[in-house]
Amino acid sequence: MLLISCPWCGPREEIEFRNGGEAGVAAPEPDAEPTTDEISGFLFFRSNPKGSFHERWNHSHGCRRWVSLTRSTITHEIESESQPTGRFRP
Amino acid sequence: MSGWRLAHGGLIDRSRPVFFTFDGRRLAGFSGDTVASALLANGVDVVARSIKLGRPRGIVAAGTEEPNALIAVEPGLALRRATEVELVDGLAVRSVSGRAPAPAIDETPSEHVWHHADVVVVGAGAAGLTAAQDAVAAGGRVVLLEGGHAAGPLPDGLVDAADFVFLPRTVAVGRFDSNMIVAHERRRGTPGANTAARDRLWHIRARDVVLATGAVERPLVFADNDRPGIMLAGSVGVYLQRYGVAAGRRAVVFTANDSAYVVARDLQAAGVDVVAIVDTRVRPGPTADAGGIEVLSGHVVAGTTGDEGLASVLIVPRDGDADRASPTVVEADLLAVSGGWDPALRLLAHTGARLRYQPSAGTYGVTEVPPRVRITGLAADVNGGVGAFSTLDPVWLVPAPDGSLDRHFVDLQRDATAADIRRAVDAGMRSPEHVKRFTTIGTGNDQGRTSGTNELGVLAALLGTTLEQLGPTTFRTPLVPIPMRVLGGPYRGELFDPVRTTPIHGSHVAAGALFENVGQWKRAWAYPREGESFDDAVLRECRAVREGVGIMDVSTLGKIDVQGPDAGAFVDRVYTNRFSTLKVGSSRYGLMLRADGMVFDDGTATRLADDHFHLTTTTGGAAAVLDWLEEWLQTEWPDLRVRLTSVTDEWAGVAIAGPKSRELLARLAPNLDVSAEAFPFMTVRNEYLSELPARIFRISFSGELSYEVYVKSWYGRALWDAIAAAGADLDVTPYGTEAMHVLRAEKGYVIVGQETDGTVTAADLGLDWMLSKRKWFIGLGALDRPHLTRPDRRQLVGLLPDDPDLHVPEGSALLPSGGLGTAGNVTSSYRSAALGRTFALGLLAGGRARIGSRVDAQVAGWRVPLDIVEPVLWDPQNERRDG
Ligand SMILES: [Zn+2]
Repeated sequence: MLLISCPWCGPREEIEFRNGGEAGVAAPEPDAEPTTDEISGFLFFRSNPKGSFHERWNHSHGCRRWVSLTRSTITHEIESESQPTGRFRP
Repeated sequence: MSGWRLAHGGLIDRSRPVFFTFDGRRLAGFSGDTVASALLANGVDVVARSIKLGRPRGIVAAGTEEPNALIAVEPGLALRRATEVELVDGLAVRSVSGRAPAPAIDETPSEHVWHHADVVVVGAGAAGLTAAQDAVAAGGRVVLLEGGHAAGPLPDGLVDAADFVFLPRTVAVGRFDSNMIVAHERRRGTPGANTAARDRLWHIRARDVVLATGAVERPLVFADNDRPGIMLAGSVGVYLQRYGVAAGRRAVVFTANDSAYVVARDLQAAGVDVVAIVDTRVRPGPTADAGGIEVLSGHVVAGTTGDEGLASVLIVPRDGDADRASPTVVEADLLAVSGGWDPALRLLAHTGARLRYQPSAGTYGVTEVPPRVRITGLAADVNGGVGAFSTLDPVWLVPAPDGSLDRHFVDLQRDATAADIRRAVDAGMRSPEHVKRFTTIGTGNDQGRTSGTNELGVLAALLGTTLEQLGPTTFRTPLVPIPMRVLGGPYRGELFDPVRTTPIHGSHVAAGALFENVGQWKRAWAYPREGESFDDAVLRECRAVREGVGIMDVSTLGKIDVQGPDAGAFVDRVYTNRFSTLKVGSSRYGLMLRADGMVFDDGTATRLADDHFHLTTTTGGAAAVLDWLEEWLQTEWPDLRVRLTSVTDEWAGVAIAGPKSRELLARLAPNLDVSAEAFPFMTVRNEYLSELPARIFRISFSGELSYEVYVKSWYGRALWDAIAAAGADLDVTPYGTEAMHVLRAEKGYVIVGQETDGTVTAADLGLDWMLSKRKWFIGLGALDRPHLTRPDRRQLVGLLPDDPDLHVPEGSALLPSGGLGTAGNVTSSYRSAALGRTFALGLLAGGRARIGSRVDAQVAGWRVPLDIVEPVLWDPQNERRDG
């Protein structure tokens, strides 16, 4: 059970959060016309690393804001400060 | 009858005798005893028969590692270890041999506690107390956990310490990420008393954790090593020192380390005749002080004799095959064994630390400790291979003179022997995980405390490999069994899940409604009258809406308030159809897709002002839709100036549906022009209705002329009752969700979650007309994927059984007419008053092109032929919605 730091609320128990998968995956721009490969990449492909993973959490039983942080998928250690999840563009 | 109570000594209170029963026998002990210590003191040797072989078994240990002495505690028959149950007056327990009786459902209250600490110390032995004192002195908030009950008095400095919590009878059962310790506290109280929480599940978030968890002694594996009277040496010492109980009168000590020498001397001092110390080592260690007792170094116990208990011990030189034929036979009723010690570090393994065999320590331990964890005391010594408890040259298997292995017990609780491990090896198994599952060693409720390492030692011996090559099997939480009711805590019965009722609920109850669960909501399902069947009630309610007027509680519909200068642009992006051009005061049906193009939710959006929309969602989807919209707004479109608010509970709503609904509405809102021209379909009006300020939508989910009236939730029941009273002479009929489902299905309206399952597209439902071609929306880019445009996708169709009275169950498979293979399934199926027959909706491969042909449904093993028809069976030209 992780202790996750919310930028708005401070350190909170994992059960207050909902995991939102990998951070930094850009959704299609409104009015963009992605190729089938591009849309499939957005929908189905994630990096799934062994080690540092940049991921999103939603403080669903708290302030309901989305936050991003880096966590080791080996030790579960949270390796970064949490930040508000902003718009990501590569 | 070998154990006996010493005249002096121990932490028991000899002035307070306590009476209990064991299998109906009335026995006496003292305050401070456990059931196990009292049984030993009463000379009870045999406490169980083994699970497979029916062999007599006695008490082996003094703590949570005890494999044999399981008991069922009256009255609920909860399964416990005799070594952990404190003696209280009137306690009644039964022995458990192998399988325990099914315990009664235990309603004893338990609670969950969340706590934060600078330091959590696990274990209140000498090292744990020292660690706690140090932490308190350093000024932190400290918690000290002790699994046992008979820890001595707290030392000075802890008794009055502020910000210090001492939890006896509390076992740390798991260590989780970020130093979360979960512990089970058994609180003092009368068994069966139902007055206050007798268990607490603690969740303690610690900055630092100190493991003063000690070590667990290993038995030795030799022939007939399971007889009552063969006990762990350290536990024999615990019974002596803590409970004033000598476990026998004539003892042999069999050890591979120095720790048992102290026990031998203490037994001797207490008046037990200690015949010999049999030491596997040729050269005992520096702390091996026998105190005058004969030491047979370089010897082993190769077997025992006895009937119900231990009678004699067979001793041979460790290396010397010639002497095996004529062992030294020593009469004894107690054999105290110590094969070595394992540090109690399983808590570390819960978060992924690997315990590995440390040759320098003769046990499985760790070389690296996770951050913010410290190991101290005996656990640290054994882990590091220092002190009297270290066993640097363990003996894993003592051969029997005849070479047999089938009475070399490794796991007493599972009755599993070295012969079982041999069978696993012969069957080709090498991995400890495989051998564990084949032999069941380590799978008992003691989780292999005393058998796990020995299993690996025997396996290594049989494979001719080293223990470094064999990792331990996985250690999982909880460390010791905890009752399910403790995990559930207070979240049972009505606290298990909230029940949501609408403000109008009381009127439904008064009207005799049956309710169905929709998410957490209780929704009125149907209103059967006295003597009326459910089916007949639904038909009557449907007829009322088609021919007269019906009212329905629609308060549960999800409602989201969208406000801000960019509200129009936002709503355009989340629905497939266009809303930014919607006029103020108008509504539109909208469809939402997931990013992969599948149908996610549907509802209406009404424009209340240029920058203000009111969205409705399905009852079950309300929370998920709000989460979804928030996610896009926060993470993708933070530039949009929009705010979302759930207003589901702010508004109570009543649908007034049927040809006479206009007349009824006019009576209630005399100031409102209800004509079709002045109040057209899909518009909204704000008007007083029976003196209640209301939002009135002209909207229909039945195809009939229909309105939905919303008021602030506290007016909900007044609204419902006012409508019912005003429409009494029109025979206004409350209708429930079942009739609503029938009415919408007759019109071919889908229900998200019933016609859809997350793999259904708008085109599959025939709703492709709702996909705007002139604007972007979520899911648009995914719709061109080849699989989503195949002509044989499952598409929505209507289905009419040849037999108009036959109801095809929802979920029935659809099969090609006369052919094989599944072509789809029935999603909705009802009896229709309006159609005078049964009908169904279904998803059928290539369905739209097959309208006019036939398909079979599989019903109770039979094929039932159906006509494939258009999904809209009632009023396909929408002639009824204006009344
Ligand atoms: Zn927060």
